[in-house]
Amino acid sequence: MASIAIRGVRKAYAKNAVVHGVDLDIASREFIVILGPSGCGKSTLLRMVAGLEEISGGEIAIDGRVVNNLEPRERGCAMVFQNYALYPHMTVAENIGYALKVAGVPKDERRRRVEATAKIVGLEAYLDRRPAALSGGQRQRVAMGRAIVREPKVFLFDEPLSNLDAKLRVAMRAEIRRLHRRLGATSIFVTHDQVEAMTLGDRLVVMNGGRIEQVGSPAEVYNRPASRFVASFVGSPAMNLMEGTIDRHGVFVYDAERQIPIPATLDARLVGHKVALGVRAEAARLVEPGTAGSIPATVDFVEELGAGRVVHTDLDGLSFAVSLSTPNVMPAGTPVGIAIDPRDVHLFSIETGLRIEFAAGIAAPANSN
Amino acid sequence: MVERTPIFNAICQFILLVGLIVALLPFAIVIIASTHDIRAVNIVPMPLTPGSHFLDNVREAWHRADLGHKLFNSILFATAVAFGKVALSSMAAFAIVYFRFPGRSILFWAIFLTLMLPLEVRIVPTYAVAANALAPFQAILNVTGINWLIHAVSGIEVNLQWGLLNSYPGLILPMVATATGTFLYRQFYLTVPDELAEASKMDGSGPIRFFWDILLPLSRPNMIALFTIMFVWAWNQYLWPLLVTTDPSFGIAVTQLKTLIPSEFGLPDWNVAMAGTLVIMAPPLILVIFMQRWFVRGLISTEK
Repeated sequence: MASIAIRGVRKAYAKNAVVHGVDLDIASREFIVILGPSGCGKSTLLRMVAGLEEISGGEIAIDGRVVNNLEPRERGCAMVFQNYALYPHMTVAENIGYALKVAGVPKDERRRRVEATAKIVGLEAYLDRRPAALSGGQRQRVAMGRAIVREPKVFLFDEPLSNLDAKLRVAMRAEIRRLHRRLGATSIFVTHDQVEAMTLGDRLVVMNGGRIEQVGSPAEVYNRPASRFVASFVGSPAMNLMEGTIDRHGVFVYDAERQIPIPATLDARLVGHKVALGVRAEAARLVEPGTAGSIPATVDFVEELGAGRVVHTDLDGLSFAVSLSTPNVMPAGTPVGIAIDPRDVHLFSIETGLRIEFAAGIAAPANSN
Repeated sequence: MVERTPIFNAICQFILLVGLIVALLPFAIVIIASTHDIRAVNIVPMPLTPGSHFLDNVREAWHRADLGHKLFNSILFATAVAFGKVALSSMAAFAIVYFRFPGRSILFWAIFLTLMLPLEVRIVPTYAVAANALAPFQAILNVTGINWLIHAVSGIEVNLQWGLLNSYPGLILPMVATATGTFLYRQFYLTVPDELAEASKMDGSGPIRFFWDILLPLSRPNMIALFTIMFVWAWNQYLWPLLVTTDPSFGIAVTQLKTLIPSEFGLPDWNVAMAGTLVIMAPPLILVIFMQRWFVRGLISTEK
């Protein structure tokens, strides 16, 4: 199995840069998920690893060997495409075995390996079918079988589940996870779906605008977002963000009646500065209006999710979501109070968007990037 | 547009019927005329019921026009031209669609422009080239002075000659290039998802392998349609075969039809001429009927 080192990788089309210097080390057997909104350069990065896009700057090494100028076939990567990209005129067996055929593997061995692969992905009964006669999930399996059969060092997934319906997506997610445990190949999985990202990845790479915003375990990314972008992108509903100033008592002031004390000695330089304060919807609680320390708000609308519900409230124009586990009927316009545990807040710099650390007692801008 | 009035439907049916009759009437006359003897075919007006001399007329036409040999030539010629067109246009379009090289779009538009230059327009230069296929190279040697140089140094006069008149290559090669086919193939390749090319790249196949293993099998309906159209087109060629083959052993059936047409003072045996026409028209007709099944099937089962 292989480690991957990405150093200062850039990609530009003509004069239009889409990836600006990405550094990333991926350990052998690791499952990395690259998460980001569309157009953030995540697919481009993956395709550069695959060898389908030329690398404009920096270098990519697989197992210590720089692959910038290698053909895709020489890199030892297999890729699963979003649209599966199955060969429509070939049977399932031919689709899976095509790479082996190209590599000149003798017919007997080819058949043996195709059958073994079909068993892994559960397609033994469909080997003679054409892709047109398969369901979406089965096609997805063929695409994975095609990748597995070559016993690649690296698996690359380019949003492979986004064409499946919700139920199948959950099932395939579990299957990919199981497959990875079984084969142990280093994997890079690109997606814009945060649930997919959280459930699949050993580590998450959150990208935005051609840069990496944060690298960390799903829990780290969720609990300690390194930037305002990560805070608002990861988690559903998105983290509530309010902009205000820190007064000299270490209290965050949004406006005259909405203030949240910060339970730590903050860097004195922050006093009087504008910062963004973030609170997850599930960290906030609804209380009776006027409760001491609570923030006054009015109910805008309630999103019923079955297991829980999200109450969208309005703070004089700013929308603020609160998760609620107990059923509660609240018509629009109901005044409520929002209680926030000061230990659950995140602070971000307005200028750089980076996280401001304060939990350790000494506030300092985080230097992860 | 869906109109649900019976009168409108009736009008539509009527117009279609008139069109069908106009199209089929000459064909019916050919068939009827080919079944009469020389006396009956010259009665005015011609009888509209078939006679009983069809086989005699065919036999007579076959002998008189040496149709066995000419049909063989025609089939060889049309098959080779259609096959060559499919091969050349599929490869030309492959280069244009899948490779980035300087002058790519200029090249494409240059090919496209040749649509405006059918064979009839460039028949004289094409004939000159066919008379000596190496003439353009000879001209380059002469104009650049290389010929003079070679003569001065070695005393050898370079004189390139490769005549294609009265040969199968001469008949076929000038017909093989096709802008229509290239354009058709280009449009087809543009509908093939890029991911397929990328997947095959990841599977380790190079461009030629991709072309052979993936693109050609996928283009089968396209290929059959192009082959059929081009076969019929080549079969009906008249001017070029007439010009390039003065030796009767390379003549094709369509030009041979002329020998069956009664001359001004000869016997007006139109029955034989019509029988010959039917025989000559049969092969492309059979091909279209046979191939139609294939390309309709190909078009219906679009595998996605």
